[in-house]
Amino acid sequence: MTMSFKGKPSRRAFLKGAVAATGSIAGASMANAAGDPLITQVQEWASGTGDGVDATLYGMPIQFESDVIRRNVEWLTADTISSINFTPIHALDGTITPQGCAFERHHSGAIELSKADYRLMINGLVDTPLVFTYEDLERFPRENHVYFCECAANTGMEWAGAQLNGAQFTHGMIHNMEYSGIPLRALLEEAGLDAAGDLKDKWVYVEGADASSNGRSIPMEKALDDVLVAFKANGEALRKEHGYPVRLVVPGWEGNMWIKWLRRIEVTTQAIESREETSKYTDTLEDGTSRKWTWVMDAKSVVTSPSPQAPIKHGHGPLVITGLAWSGRGSITGVDVSIDGGKNWQEARLGAPGTDKALSRFYLDIDWNGEEMFLQSRARDSSGYVQPSKEELREVRGLNSIYHNNCIQTWWVKADGEAENVEVS
Amino acid sequence: MSKFLKLIAGTTLASTLISAPAMAEKMGLGRAATPDEIAAWDIDVAPDGTGLPVGSGDVFTGEEVFAEHCAICHGDFAEGVDNWPKLAGGADTLDHEDPLKTVGSYWPYLSTTWDYVNRSMPFGAAQTMSTDDVYAIVAYILYSNDLVDDEFVLSNENFLDVEMPNASGFILDDRETSEAHFWKAEPCMTNCKDSVEITMRAAVLDVTPDEGGTEEAAAPAEEAAAAPASTEAADAAAPVEQAAIDPELMKKGEKVFKKCKACHQVGEGAKSKTGPILNGIVGASVGAVDGFKYSKPMKGLADSGATWTEEELAAFLAKPKKYLKGTKMSFAGLKKEDDIVAVTAYLKSFQN
Repeated sequence: MTMSFKGKPSRRAFLKGAVAATGSIAGASMANAAGDPLITQVQEWASGTGDGVDATLYGMPIQFESDVIRRNVEWLTADTISSINFTPIHALDGTITPQGCAFERHHSGAIELSKADYRLMINGLVDTPLVFTYEDLERFPRENHVYFCECAANTGMEWAGAQLNGAQFTHGMIHNMEYSGIPLRALLEEAGLDAAGDLKDKWVYVEGADASSNGRSIPMEKALDDVLVAFKANGEALRKEHGYPVRLVVPGWEGNMWIKWLRRIEVTTQAIESREETSKYTDTLEDGTSRKWTWVMDAKSVVTSPSPQAPIKHGHGPLVITGLAWSGRGSITGVDVSIDGGKNWQEARLGAPGTDKALSRFYLDIDWNGEEMFLQSRARDSSGYVQPSKEELREVRGLNSIYHNNCIQTWWVKADGEAENVEVS
Repeated sequence: MSKFLKLIAGTTLASTLISAPAMAEKMGLGRAATPDEIAAWDIDVAPDGTGLPVGSGDVFTGEEVFAEHCAICHGDFAEGVDNWPKLAGGADTLDHEDPLKTVGSYWPYLSTTWDYVNRSMPFGAAQTMSTDDVYAIVAYILYSNDLVDDEFVLSNENFLDVEMPNASGFILDDRETSEAHFWKAEPCMTNCKDSVEITMRAAVLDVTPDEGGTEEAAAPAEEAAAAPASTEAADAAAPVEQAAIDPELMKKGEKVFKKCKACHQVGEGAKSKTGPILNGIVGASVGAVDGFKYSKPMKGLADSGATWTEEELAAFLAKPKKYLKGTKMSFAGLKKEDDIVAVTAYLKSFQN
């Protein structure tokens, strides 16, 4: 699918939903003399009864959260069957992404493949080409790991300038889940790698069962390192849209390699150079040459709140600035936040110590008195890498790379608490 | 279990791991793949031609096959329709502001084109084309890019002789050297720049999708209040239709409709896409969807006052190209009569 990474301006009113927060600033802290009726009067829910058990056999979020959903950007692609949508990161907290709102990327639509119909083949340079059923996979010793999965095109629409107004749209091609599965290494060794000879220059080619049969080549070194063949996420079966019943997890590397509906693993002497690793997911530089095999996702972060979709609705005083940080090169060691557009930085507090190739949550608790802010965050990782500014990235890569945009993001927070995606000098 | 723990501990020692002998113990799980199974699934083609089957196809045949199976999205001349990929043109644009990346201007290996067409195309009917047709389509794409002349015949014999213009246009990931300065011992913390000015605002572009979020926040209560009434209304209207519809058949029809989904939408919120919206199609006048650009023959049929009766629809769905020569619908047709009956029943459930 072709994505056009530049939108055409529409006539739609900008930020239709820019509801001023004025109405809701009143509330508990401004109760009238008689007291807050929510407290002084007996409420219906405190008197009657609620739903019984079994009212919903598999629960959805309560109705009040109905705006915390995936969204897509229609002008990006020709058809939703081969398209992408975005995780509502502006409305989430912590680090684990619920499966139901974790972004989707399909090349031929999300297919329904049952466990009973599932087959996984390992062939190529192995001692014995094998076929596994789903039940076979469940009998291998299992591991659990939390990893982020980020599409290489995340923030891709922002290369040439600030374009989409919301953290969901600028940074929402990411999710972070706890996977249960088996090391790819275990399957390769079950088939036997003696036939492959020297493993240093060998590859595995992995492909999906859907009609796009999305396929990617992965160097053997990575395949034997931390790649997982996963069948559960956040404790439950993978969702259809994330590759049920089995997907590949390639920690720290671009999401396109995390093959969904994994059906075949082939040990080869060379990279296959499939469509998704030549015509797409290659990064064109200013002089027209393109980088390929740019698998690792560099360190990156974004303030998720306040942000354009999550304006400040309370009054002056305590304000929680929060966001997400991650790195495909290791763990997050620190995040710096600037409220003045990068002139001065202060170290944010991590919700928990960073872990390998997983999202970290950061917080900066400040006292806000209505002053205009240019909010930025800057991630640092265990390899010593520091998230670059947009300017620094453009100096090396120009404007046409599409993929791997890990620049520092700026939100312009105004006196009324509204925020906008801007670029600053 | 200990051997797996060793693995985790060894992640930073990948080079050691990679040369280590394979683990001795096997789980004894899985079964040997048969040669036929491997042949059925292992069809990828590598840059050196590994995996390429014997066959050939010429530009002329390619043009016909392309017009039938590919042009609806990619255009008659591979120039691309709407947001669908352009396959031709863009030569020497890679260092321009908006490079046009096509098979001719960008793709480094011809094997990629052959492999992708063979495995993943046409959209919605992957892996239905013959080997020779794939060769022919690839020959036509090369011709559309002015890389071969119209007499050209592509085969497994001459495949590696075709030179791709951008074959040498790629370098390996060099971030660790070209971007070494992003590894900073001590990033600046104070007085890092003199001034901060806004240089660009997303609001000026205004390409952000409407969210409806703030309106939705108020919506649930209204919906709850409205729900009983609408249920009643639906109940009152439904029995006539539903009595005639067999749920099993509907389910089957919905499944068959997956073949149509690449181009058509039906149901609430459906829109015309590559193909027209199908709400109310059974019994409707031919070519009557507002704003949809029908083919000339379809317009002709519409002008004659034709109607999509179940019989006519069945004949069309069985062999679209035969029923109406020149139709834009690139679908090959439903072979099974059962499928046609089922999909018609399914479509009937979306009458206006």
